[in-house]
Amino acid sequence: MTTKEYESYYVPAQSKWPIIGAIALFLIAVGAGNYVSNLNNPEASGGGWVLLAGIALIIYMVFGWFNNVITESMAGKYSHQMDNSFRQGMSWFIFSEVMFFAAFFGALLYARTFSVPWLDGAGNNAATAAILWPDFTATWPLIKTPDGTETTAMGWYGLPLINTILLLTSSITAHFAHVSLEQEKRGLLKFWLGLTVVLGVVFLFCQGLEYAHGYADEMKLYLDSGIYGNTFYLLTGFHGMHVTLGTIMLLVMLIRVFKGHFTPKNHFAFQAASWYWHFVDVVWVILFVFVYII
Amino acid sequence: MTTDVINDQSEHDPHDGDHHDHKMTGLKRWLYTTNHKDIGSMYLWFSFIMFLTGGVMALVIRAELFQPGLQIIEPDFFNQMTTVHGLIMVFGAIMPAFTGLANWMLPMMVGAPDMALPRLNNWSFWILPFAFAILLSTFFLESGAPNFGWTFYAPLSTTYSNGSTALFVFAVHIMGISSIMGAINIVVTIMNMRAPGMTYMKMPLFVWTFFITAYLLIAVMPVLAGTVTMVLTDTYFGTSFFDAAGGGDPVMFQHIFWFFGHPEVYIMILPAFGIVSTTIPAFARKPLFGYSSMVYATASIAFLSFIVWAHHMFTTGMPLFGELFFMYCTMLIAVPTGVKVFNWAATMWRGSISFETPMLFSIAFVILFTIGGFSGLMLAMTPVDFQYHDTYFVVAHFHYVLVTGALFSIFAGAYYWLPKWTGYMYNDTLSKWHFWCSLVSVNLLFFPMHFLGLAGMPRRIPDYALQFADFNKWVSIGGFAFGLSQLIFLVLVIKCIRGGDKAPAKPWDGAEGLEWTVPSPAPYHTFETPPKID
Repeated sequence: MTTKEYESYYVPAQSKWPIIGAIALFLIAVGAGNYVSNLNNPEASGGGWVLLAGIALIIYMVFGWFNNVITESMAGKYSHQMDNSFRQGMSWFIFSEVMFFAAFFGALLYARTFSVPWLDGAGNNAATAAILWPDFTATWPLIKTPDGTETTAMGWYGLPLINTILLLTSSITAHFAHVSLEQEKRGLLKFWLGLTVVLGVVFLFCQGLEYAHGYADEMKLYLDSGIYGNTFYLLTGFHGMHVTLGTIMLLVMLIRVFKGHFTPKNHFAFQAASWYWHFVDVVWVILFVFVYII
Repeated sequence: MTTDVINDQSEHDPHDGDHHDHKMTGLKRWLYTTNHKDIGSMYLWFSFIMFLTGGVMALVIRAELFQPGLQIIEPDFFNQMTTVHGLIMVFGAIMPAFTGLANWMLPMMVGAPDMALPRLNNWSFWILPFAFAILLSTFFLESGAPNFGWTFYAPLSTTYSNGSTALFVFAVHIMGISSIMGAINIVVTIMNMRAPGMTYMKMPLFVWTFFITAYLLIAVMPVLAGTVTMVLTDTYFGTSFFDAAGGGDPVMFQHIFWFFGHPEVYIMILPAFGIVSTTIPAFARKPLFGYSSMVYATASIAFLSFIVWAHHMFTTGMPLFGELFFMYCTMLIAVPTGVKVFNWAATMWRGSISFETPMLFSIAFVILFTIGGFSGLMLAMTPVDFQYHDTYFVVAHFHYVLVTGALFSIFAGAYYWLPKWTGYMYNDTLSKWHFWCSLVSVNLLFFPMHFLGLAGMPRRIPDYALQFADFNKWVSIGGFAFGLSQLIFLVLVIKCIRGGDKAPAKPWDGAEGLEWTVPSPAPYHTFETPPKID
């Protein structure tokens, strides 16, 4: 660091938001845990309500916490060094998200490369196939599981292809919005950012349509349709949750833009939302290749 | 490293004046705090409470194993004890203790006013007690607590699980969030908050080891989250990730779990390396031998930790190539670890050594951790691992690295910095009692387990064949002695907080580092303007 004069680093005073967030997470975990444990008998526990209370509380926390941060930032309390902390923090957070998806991609690749062929006798597993699953034939997508559950594979053309184009376009529009912000073209910024949000919403709508197709009787592609359905729904589902979160983040940024926030030099929150958006886009491209095409 | 504090602590920038005198009193201070020292203290106390809780479970296990046959508890409850003991000690005792040390020491060691993201820091801590409240609450369920071992292998945790799996999964999710956020804070603090002039290769080794550990955490805790999520969907939503009937594979669980789990064990030992690399030079009154080789060795161990996971799975019927690959990679880890052990020995060589309690624990660490390392090498050899797998030899191995390794280093660190934290010297006699009682009992506790394992006693069983009775008796006696010895530490810490001989700013004449340039106890806010490093 070559600063001649040291900028003071803002250490916030005590805050009530973290403990509220901790209680919220506690309610979410207890609620979800109870709800899932009593899936067959949802009325037996109030788990669902506890879960909803937790979600409401965490939304309240996020608003309150970020409101503090925005107020401090607008009051000029943050130094360049603080901005760096936020940027680095966000980057490592996104890296941790990458590793979360890696676990599920790992499961997908393991199933395709090892477990499914092994069940059909590949490697030194001839006896496994002959004794346990004599009627099983390894294919991918696995449309007939060893225990005989049948399903249909989701093609890559149609909705998934449209979704790919939507998301790729939205990454470009998000970038244009960023460029407009840096060039202080507020009108264009609103246009590109608004367009990005719309593309995100349309993507989610298409994803919903695709799931409806999957669950319809012609396809019978369910979450529990063997390893193909498992990986398909968990990967696209978690990705969809991230798109939802990213869309909300971008929407909040849009509202803040309309309120006149952000300057060409000081717009960490916008940058973070846009990084996050590019991240979900990249995950989708990998997902499109490994889940749909290959 | 020579350091020179040029700023006067009473001189403040008018900008940050508004966060002074905000030290609330009572419960609110601890609930709302953003101060790294408060949060560090809470982490340390929490980990100690968890250590005693998990310890009581270990004593239940040892009481049952005192003699053959079923005496005290049912086998299912025994399994719950082994499971929750493991989960608590890993996620509730060792990891939070290291995070607590990081919180207390890192900002002072790099000359920063606080952790980089103080509010996030509070959140990382406060979600932990809630996570463990959920985990422990499962004991009051009709089904009882998780009983599938801390490694929650499928299908034990899926098809054959009791009703506690969902709560277990969500508790682990919260622990993971806590670790990831804490690790991000550590990484950002180290990358962004170092005082001017403190280049990476001037950082104390303690800082380096936490830096690398934090990277491991960010990389693998999300994988654990993914693993427990798949266990959840397999158990409750009919997926078959770990079920061959649907095209999955129970062995896949082990691959994904240990991809998290192996880096995890280094998460629990690399900070220990950092601590003893701080204490040994201080009491040998010589700079750390081979500083840069220590940094590179730590980084190498971290890298290798990602490509050795399947050595936990030699008996699962992996292809031969896999067995060989993971065997050789695992043995490679002995090289950087050996570098470290030799460097500690070389640091002490011809040093002017004095044997204060932190040094006693550090020396015990070097010797006993090395024993754990050697048994690790034995386990790394595929052909012989077929004999040792899932026996008490494995239990002996990982307790040597985790108890006489990680835990002893935490004691070394605690004794080393207690004067800085409390402003008082600890009671030396009590600390010696704590050390010698712990040292003798821990070896009585864990050393005979090697023999039990080699003779074929399986782990995680409530009953055993008669020929193992004598060793088990001694092991149980050692266990109770070790557990009771830790109460000495509790008394000592409470006494040290309440008073004692006043500690000077630098009570150890050989100690190096910025933390010794501030008074003892360390003021509530330190280094609001950074010190100058030459």
